[in-house]
Amino acid sequence: MSNHPFSRGFFQLKNGIQMEQSQPLLSINNIEVIYNHVILVLKGLSLVVPEGSIVSLLGSNGAGKSTTLKAISGLLPLEDGEITDGSIDFKGMSLAALKPHEIVRRGIFQVMEGRRIFEDLTVEENLVCGAYIRRDQAEVRRDIEKCFHYFPPLKKCYKRLAGYLSGGEQQMLAISRALLAKPKLMMLDEPSLGLAPLLVEEIFGIIKEINIHEGTTILLVEQNAQMALSVSSYGYIMENGRIVLDGPVDRLLQDQDVQEFYLGLGQQGERRSYHEVKHYKRRKRWLS
Amino acid sequence: MNIFLILLTSGIAVGGIYALIALGFVLIYKATSIINFATGEFMMIGAYIFYTFTVMLGWPAIPAFIMVMAGAALLGMLVEFSILRHMLGQPTISIVMVTIGLSSILTGFAEIIWSSDFKSFPPLFPRSPIILGDVIIRSNLFWGFVVAMVTVALFAVFFKYSKIGIAMRATAGDQMASYSMGINVRTMFTTAWALGAIAASLGGLIIGNIGGVQPNLGSIGLKIFPVVILGGLDSIGGAVLGGFIVGILENIAGGYLDPYFNGGVKDVVPFIILVVILMVKPYGLFGRREIERL
Repeated sequence: MSNHPFSRGFFQLKNGIQMEQSQPLLSINNIEVIYNHVILVLKGLSLVVPEGSIVSLLGSNGAGKSTTLKAISGLLPLEDGEITDGSIDFKGMSLAALKPHEIVRRGIFQVMEGRRIFEDLTVEENLVCGAYIRRDQAEVRRDIEKCFHYFPPLKKCYKRLAGYLSGGEQQMLAISRALLAKPKLMMLDEPSLGLAPLLVEEIFGIIKEINIHEGTTILLVEQNAQMALSVSSYGYIMENGRIVLDGPVDRLLQDQDVQEFYLGLGQQGERRSYHEVKHYKRRKRWLS
Repeated sequence: MNIFLILLTSGIAVGGIYALIALGFVLIYKATSIINFATGEFMMIGAYIFYTFTVMLGWPAIPAFIMVMAGAALLGMLVEFSILRHMLGQPTISIVMVTIGLSSILTGFAEIIWSSDFKSFPPLFPRSPIILGDVIIRSNLFWGFVVAMVTVALFAVFFKYSKIGIAMRATAGDQMASYSMGINVRTMFTTAWALGAIAASLGGLIIGNIGGVQPNLGSIGLKIFPVVILGGLDSIGGAVLGGFIVGILENIAGGYLDPYFNGGVKDVVPFIILVVILMVKPYGLFGRREIERL
């Protein structure tokens, strides 16, 4: 932890006061997750999300990224998974034995993979669901205006059924629902999934803005490593249910393995053909 | 006087009442995917609660009406909380058997508590029939229709505009996503059972007011299956429309065909509709394709 950027007061709140981070917002300690009582998916995973930061969790398909998020948000039991070992602490308190809806009330909101908007409900009703835990209706209405500020396209389809929105608009709706819950920690699972590159860029820009202007801490799960690292300050790389590498983003970007495996760059910084990358990756796996 | 018009109006009136009972069924199915074979018995219990408060305790109608709703809500929540919550994840057939068993249990309790004698309510509405232009309609049927329609409209407004109603629809659409919004899905299940039981019991109250109460009043609940199959198991609008279609068809068919047979056409027609619909359009007229069928 000594060279962890956040332990050196690296991190600034929006009012400009330097903060010593005594205790991270979220810390996961050595958790093990088992699905269906037999399949070990997470094998001793630890990670730390400091308050106010954007942290990325990267890795290939099936590495256990989504499982990690579900372990935090309490959705695991719904998929017949359970945490068998380790602990998850949020604001210094354990999340163990809390139901998912209680965890949302503590201030953790997960935007699930594939957006999971309610297709039979209108955009407006979807937003009402996002603000479900809140009692301050007048304030909610003001916050809906704020969502329109971040995502202008939502305004014109406010009364439309959400199932008829385009993929990009659905992702905007999913993030808006999260905004309306006013979470301390927003977890985004593959926000780039199935979106055009230009749109991905726009959405990541807005994620960064939300982090700065709303002060929301963000834990980002992505396959699009380049995009994710461009907005975050710290990154974790997962493989096979373990963290294999972590560090501040600038250091990760310089790491050779990361460059090769996740950013698609060769040793000389040139883009190799996809075929070669795959081949090399395969060979290296067998050897190591 | 035009016999067709008479049959049509009474069909519409009965259909409105079917719609209310079907709503009770659909609410529970939509939220929890449980096919509640005890819907008819919820009706019967509702009618008996009303009988208890008005006749046995001598309460006026309005407070007794409120007690019916409270009692039904309690019954629905109790059933969900004590039985069906523990059946989560079990095969559909076990859950169906549980609700069938429940219907027998409720009938049995009704016989123990109120005996199997035929009971009737004190008159609630003026007895003189309602005259609408050419058509004369029995006052109990007319007012029953009015109460049913008002209740259905209130439910519709609740689901369209209230936060809980929206959350219940969200839960019906995607349970896991609802959890991730902070919605307590279990509570939504309990609420759905309470509301479903209220709708059914009010239907029972209306039917009891028209034809009297006895423990097997719930058998009318079986007619709800043609209604909901016609409308699609999970569509509230479909349930209402299905109610009207079945009500009108059975009255018209009964009115015209009964003289040729020895009666009883009225009770058969809905089930003929059921079989035909299932053969032609297995998911109902408004149902979603992914509905699990038995």
